Amino acid sequence: MSKFVAILKKRYKRIIRMKKFVVPFICLFVIMANTFIVEGAETHTGESENATHNHDECSCHHEEKYDPGASAFHHIADANAFHLFGDYYLPLPCLLYSPGKGFTFLMSNAFDMHHHGSGTKAIDGYVMVHGSVMRVKQEGFPMDGEVEVSCYTEKEAADGKMSYQVVYEEKCYDLDKKTSYDGGIMGGGVTSFYDFGITKNVFTMILAFLILFFLFRKAAVSYITRKGQAPKGVQAVIEPLFEFIRNEVAIPFLGSKYEKYLPYLMSIFFFILGLNLIGQLPFFPGSGNVTGNLSVTLVLAVIAALITNFSGNKHYWQHVFNMPGVPLPIKFILTPVELLGLFIKPMTLMLRLFANITAGHIVIIIFVSLIFIFGQAGENLGGSILGGVMAVPLTLFMMAIELLVAFVQAFVFCILTASYIGAAIEEHHEHH
Amino acid sequence: MTGTLAAIGAGLAVIGAGIGIGNIGSKAMEAIARQPEVVGDIRSNMILMAALIEGAALIAIILSIFVK
Repeated sequence: MSKFVAILKKRYKRIIRMKKFVVPFICLFVIMANTFIVEGAETHTGESENATHNHDECSCHHEEKYDPGASAFHHIADANAFHLFGDYYLPLPCLLYSPGKGFTFLMSNAFDMHHHGSGTKAIDGYVMVHGSVMRVKQEGFPMDGEVEVSCYTEKEAADGKMSYQVVYEEKCYDLDKKTSYDGGIMGGGVTSFYDFGITKNVFTMILAFLILFFLFRKAAVSYITRKGQAPKGVQAVIEPLFEFIRNEVAIPFLGSKYEKYLPYLMSIFFFILGLNLIGQLPFFPGSGNVTGNLSVTLVLAVIAALITNFSGNKHYWQHVFNMPGVPLPIKFILTPVELLGLFIKPMTLMLRLFANITAGHIVIIIFVSLIFIFGQAGENLGGSILGGVMAVPLTLFMMAIELLVAFVQAFVFCILTASYIGAAIEEHHEHH
Repeated sequence: MTGTLAAIGAGLAVIGAGIGIGNIGSKAMEAIARQPEVVGDIRSNMILMAALIEGAALIAIILSIFVK
């Protein structure tokens, strides 16, 4: 009997210990669900104002529908305003340029945003739709000064592509596509205006940069002040990670020349890790999906490709253009393949990080959407509760997985870059 | 209809990647059991190889989602 009690006590202790982790997780989830519910309610009343698809007369009317896919893509997209909660947004500076008109500088709260990041004002032909700035491209719209607009509608073109329209004085005006920080790969395309402002992603990158700067500065200072002592505090967090990258990634792959590339590998590892972890936070300072943005990973991959190819030695280029020890006819096949490989390597680097982070975020958003799917967008309370009961454990599970993925992907990006650079600077080859 | 086909394509890509990563995992476990002293090397190489396979699968998934 006493044995049984002892086992029970042990179990209980374990549960108590788990509480330490579970409680913050649940708090995190409640906060996140809260922002979602507020937005879901907006979806119900405000965002669903859709106009009749009549070209001459355009008015806003309600359409009650919840689309989890569109909601997911909306939440992982870059934005010109940082959503805090409810109808409150952190204004971000927008520096807009369109040929013929010149620069327009404004803070994003000038658009007077309400429901789901859609502004009620148009300034110099720019409007704010779902958190991102767009420009009116159809003739007849007042392109100077500030005017009130009623709402935004979606129009389906003949090829099935969706585009936005703005309703102004009961008339619809076509909007240009959102300007593309993604380089047009995610369906942005070239637009009639350019956005050089600080968007949500840029804000998050600056935040990550500042956090990393102060952490590393603190660690560096403690190496001077605590010389000869055991690491403590920030230093004790940074040092194992630093040593791990140096001993497991840099030295095995780069050999004796590792010191030259160590700063780059370290910055890329900690930058990606920091952004991944900030992106995990579902509320204000976090929630910027930076490493899940194709343009960001594109730039990281291009930098990796440039460093690899510029540090490539004679052997590396010989293996690309003129593989030694291979018969001539084979070279005609092998050289194009190797040349393609030069571009495929950074491309996989780009897609791997993007797809892993984006997939994780989308899955979490879809799980939270279960509340709205089962609850029929707030109409069915019982369904909402059922959805919530399903969503909480699934989201907890997914967030735990994402925490792992955040580290693994930073590590993988780093180790693959190191292996590419290592292959490019390898000195001697034994030809068989 | 294109959406359904895209989903099937993504699923097929995942099957391939699953088989590949499963093989890597099983062989790595065998290798670790045989030579526990080089567990660090084996682990980092295992992650590297899994990442390479994952890259191919992810390209297929991205293509099946965005190039409908």
